[in-house]
Amino acid sequence: MPMSASPVATSFLPHAALSDLVNLLRKQEFTVIAPTVRGGVISYAPIASAGEIARGLIDQQDGGSYRLSQGEPDLYFQYVVGPDGPKRYLFPAVQQLCQIHIEGGKFVHDADPPRAPKLALLGVRSCDLAAMRVQDRVFSNNFEARSKCPTETFYSEARRQMMVVAINCTRPSGTCFCESMDTGPQAREGFDLAMTELRGGFVVTIGSEKGGKLLQGLPARPASAAELELAELKMARAREHMGRHLSTNGLKELLTHSLEHAQWDDVAARCLSCGNCTMVCPTCFCSTVTDSSTLAEGSMTRTRRWESCFTHQFSYTTAGPVRNTIRGRYRHWFRHKLSTWFDQFGCSGCVGCGRCITWCPVGIDITAEARQIQASQPQKETAAATREERS
Amino acid sequence: MIQTAKSVGWPAAGNGGSSWVPVPARIVSIKDENFNTKTFTLEFTDERLRWSYHFEPGQFNMVYVPNVGEAAISVSSDPSQSRQMGHTIRLVGMVTRAMGRMKVGDVVGLRGPFGKGWPMEQLEGHDVVIMAGGIGLAPLRPVVYWLLQHRNRCGRVVLFYGCRFPEDRLFAEELQAWETGGALDVLVTVDNATSGWAGPVGVVTKLLQRVKVTGERTIVLVCGPRILNRVAAWNFLQLHVPAPQVYVSLERNMNCGFGRCGHCQYGSKFVCTDGPVFCFADIADNFAKEEV
Repeated sequence: MPMSASPVATSFLPHAALSDLVNLLRKQEFTVIAPTVRGGVISYAPIASAGEIARGLIDQQDGGSYRLSQGEPDLYFQYVVGPDGPKRYLFPAVQQLCQIHIEGGKFVHDADPPRAPKLALLGVRSCDLAAMRVQDRVFSNNFEARSKCPTETFYSEARRQMMVVAINCTRPSGTCFCESMDTGPQAREGFDLAMTELRGGFVVTIGSEKGGKLLQGLPARPASAAELELAELKMARAREHMGRHLSTNGLKELLTHSLEHAQWDDVAARCLSCGNCTMVCPTCFCSTVTDSSTLAEGSMTRTRRWESCFTHQFSYTTAGPVRNTIRGRYRHWFRHKLSTWFDQFGCSGCVGCGRCITWCPVGIDITAEARQIQASQPQKETAAATREERS
Repeated sequence: MIQTAKSVGWPAAGNGGSSWVPVPARIVSIKDENFNTKTFTLEFTDERLRWSYHFEPGQFNMVYVPNVGEAAISVSSDPSQSRQMGHTIRLVGMVTRAMGRMKVGDVVGLRGPFGKGWPMEQLEGHDVVIMAGGIGLAPLRPVVYWLLQHRNRCGRVVLFYGCRFPEDRLFAEELQAWETGGALDVLVTVDNATSGWAGPVGVVTKLLQRVKVTGERTIVLVCGPRILNRVAAWNFLQLHVPAPQVYVSLERNMNCGFGRCGHCQYGSKFVCTDGPVFCFADIADNFAKEEV
């Protein structure tokens, strides 16, 4: 099946076939990652059977608030994204990079480099697919501006052998704004199969040759015109019911010149600088490598962990932290997502998943902050004025 | 064209295919520079690497102290002698103090060279003004070596250097030799004169009163603490040096060295790959803005 931007070949897969899909993927030695319920939230985790996939639940999301409640018992994907995206499987939150000891002037490796997993992401949303395309630019050097950076072997290898079965969103949450960021609710690229859930099963679209082959092994039948129409209608309704909206028009340029906007002080008075937004963000890529050792064996381990730009140590130099105030740290994060990311990677750093709004303990809303900055002109600042004041 | 060594990225041999893995290097010599600063000369234990490694003036290495951690350190030695790499280190942080406890013959790790160095090609045919404060002289010393070896390619060369006390001067004997050698003008100032100091006292930018800078003919290279970088850059712009001819080396927290960890961001720039040396014209928007 050739790749096509708007695939025509669509099938219908009954709900019961989800089990066959999981079994087939596992037989092909994929680790199947799917949305499950952990600790009261939707969380992507390895599953052994379709029975582990979260079902019959809907999520209520708002600024600083997340609740799962009973939905229609037969339907699987009435919820959208939880705090956890598929990011951690490609870019682990904690990853040992190497373990070495010194022997005769050489570093001897005590452990093999981490092996990339063979993953099948089942039930991944279009915002998270968009986030993966953003991170592809971060972790590979295919992108021109990044040609000097070495490709992450683990990431790119895991990405290469990954199978993606996407779910089109038919019921956005209160913090979703993928429509504004042009990343959803329908998965348009980067999947092998994409499914839209209806009562009784899924309308399935093929996105790749791999996906087409996979579908051949499943009890699918051609989708009826009515089913296709219903699927389209559901996605159109989802587009109209986004919980949030962000006007991106001119925002990048505006933020370039809004360093002294009064809104930064306003948000700094609310922000706890806890870093939750960076931990749930599917595009955040900052990390810190730390070193530890076993004193007895003299073995040294380098471990990489997710890092947040909301910590003091993130920008620490011997002259002190560069971003010493919450105002400076929030401003950095916000401008990075919506402005400087374009300069670095040629795309937006925000995909509109809404996680940073939901998981902010005080409900700071990236779309509302943007609106405040857009509503009033920033203070005029000229290089000359700054120079005079400082010298 | 100026023959600077082409950057080869990070040492590839023996690092297990991961750019996060340091490569072993032995401490060949240690020289005390002042009360808290030493120059460590390192050499890869792998002989092939010694020959394949080249750095450009202004680039840095990640120096790894076994069991402790890494610090980003500019290479301070002669770029034409890159088999041995000098690292002039202030022993003030956890990693650098641990480095201070290392002895000649000990093995440490290295990754590098990283970053974009000084604009060596652009120096040709220009007057060169170097302004350094404190440890900021270290990343500029390779430039001086290069200039001494290719003296006829540039016009007048002036080195301004400032530090707190006379005894804090880095590379004191070399400064003396450069001054008496006549190939470049060396002006050193101190914040606090102690007995025996007969030179200028005050901030390094004050030395500009003593020298005539011809704006359009001059390339300026600045490295020092944040406040010096700012004041120096503005002073040179006021002296009509065009912004594309003013270069500043910036300091940021570095963890990976190749634009991946995010720590060193400066507006849209990654200081480790887009810098650490920046042309003023490229960073004018964010220059001297706090917390960017």
